[in-house]
Amino acid sequence: MSEPSVEFRCVSLDYLLPSEGDITSFKEWAIRRITQKISYRRMRALDDISFSLPPGRAIGLIGHNGAGKSTLLRVAAGILQPSEGVAVMRGLMAPVIELGTGFEFELSGRENIFFNGALLGRSWEDMNARVDEIIEFAELADFIDNPIRTYSTGMVARLAFSIATTVDAQILLLDEVLSVGDQRFRAKCDARMSRFRDEGVTIMLVSHDLDAIARVCDEVLWLDHGKIKAQGEARSVVREYAAWVARQDGHPSGEGNV
Amino acid sequence: MPDASSHVLVNSADDRVRTIGEIKDLIRYSHLLANLVRRDLTVRYKRSVIGFFWTMLNPLLLMIILSIVFSNIFRFEGIEHYAVYFLSEYLVFGFFAQTTVTSMTSLAWNGGLMRKVRVPKSIFAISTTLSGLVNLCLAYLPLFVIMLVLGAPIKPTVLFLPVAFLIIGMFTLGVSFLLSALAVYFEDVSHMYQVATIGLMYMTPIIYPITIVPTKFMWLMRINPLTHLFKLARDPVYLGQLPAPHVLQASLVLSIVSLVVGWLVFHRMSRNFYHHL
Repeated sequence: MSEPSVEFRCVSLDYLLPSEGDITSFKEWAIRRITQKISYRRMRALDDISFSLPPGRAIGLIGHNGAGKSTLLRVAAGILQPSEGVAVMRGLMAPVIELGTGFEFELSGRENIFFNGALLGRSWEDMNARVDEIIEFAELADFIDNPIRTYSTGMVARLAFSIATTVDAQILLLDEVLSVGDQRFRAKCDARMSRFRDEGVTIMLVSHDLDAIARVCDEVLWLDHGKIKAQGEARSVVREYAAWVARQDGHPSGEGNV
Repeated sequence: MPDASSHVLVNSADDRVRTIGEIKDLIRYSHLLANLVRRDLTVRYKRSVIGFFWTMLNPLLLMIILSIVFSNIFRFEGIEHYAVYFLSEYLVFGFFAQTTVTSMTSLAWNGGLMRKVRVPKSIFAISTTLSGLVNLCLAYLPLFVIMLVLGAPIKPTVLFLPVAFLIIGMFTLGVSFLLSALAVYFEDVSHMYQVATIGLMYMTPIIYPITIVPTKFMWLMRINPLTHLFKLARDPVYLGQLPAPHVLQASLVLSIVSLVVGWLVFHRMSRNFYHHL
């Protein structure tokens, strides 16, 4: 049995919010400091989260807005440090919190591939070995040397998705990024996701698209106000969640859309 | 080291290890650093055809203006080749001021990026300083042209300049760390600092010779680290003299202290950047 590739042990995270509005100026801070009026309110975004994933497992994170899904993914990506607890990630990560992060619109598609790769910590050589595959998957061969400000929204999204999922990775973190492009491109994305699973890549996926979650994931973590409300086999947790959502909306309890 | 990057550990418990972790991260992200510097320079030089010449032209035009003003209107006695006297230090001051100000804005600008990708946060100040150093080296070329035109002697001591730039660069990076960390928390720091740079420039003998400073203000000049640091760049060019060993040592210590303190403060404050960006 190998070590888990993702391990959260009692992870909690607090956001710091100034209790009396934002202090954004130094003068204001100095005045309040002198009058002893600084206090921060803590907003608990994640509360005592523990779980672990063996290599090759795909987990979906669901829950209402503000339940802590994206926060959890950011902790996994190392963007946020937990206030308490430990998050250990074993393996090379490709975090995609938002498609197109760090794109430079004056640079060409090709230059952006290398720049984006560098943002993910990949070297020029790494990216050079994959650049053709990225261009091909994004279907942008004819436009790749034009500045991306000339691209359509769909083209930018395809390029971003292609970069994010073509880099070498053992852990893939995806936040609401599966709904890219038209039906045909989505089918390609799905195919790519199942290839990842075959290759033993660990996947953490945040989505409101319950169908996609049920399709891609083995396991689902349902977050509610920063706590784990349910965890288990993907379809059953999704069904449970859908029923709960239906109840919340005031509809009679019944089948979800799964 | 290809193996190191194929096994990335994010272990948030290692608080003590985190300081070393950030340095390791910087090494791992050296490609990003190169990319950021290249992007800065391309935007500056490649995108406009005259971009490169413009950097050369700027000090030239400035020199013409200043020679007119200071040779004919305000006159400092006993300064030969005033343009060389002024520019040899003003270029370094320009680097210092520009780099510190840009570091503050670049960290804030990249706030959105840092909320979405994990990058070593100190990388922005470092890349700004590095591209500033490249610009500084290029800005000295027209100065040498001016010296040739004016008939000012160019001594072999100019070969000391890279060392001077390195020491001044370290000092500047330390200050950039400090200021950019503060600027994340307080929006007005960068506005206040831009005014402060003007004050700093007049507090440092750049435009005028230190000999005209009244005795009662002399201590201000002495405690101003910039006075001593920037002379490292002026003396080899203007006087044809190498700095005395004790001056060199003191400057080196000063820049290392600035770098270490700046980095530690930055590192400490960077933990909560996410909540403020």
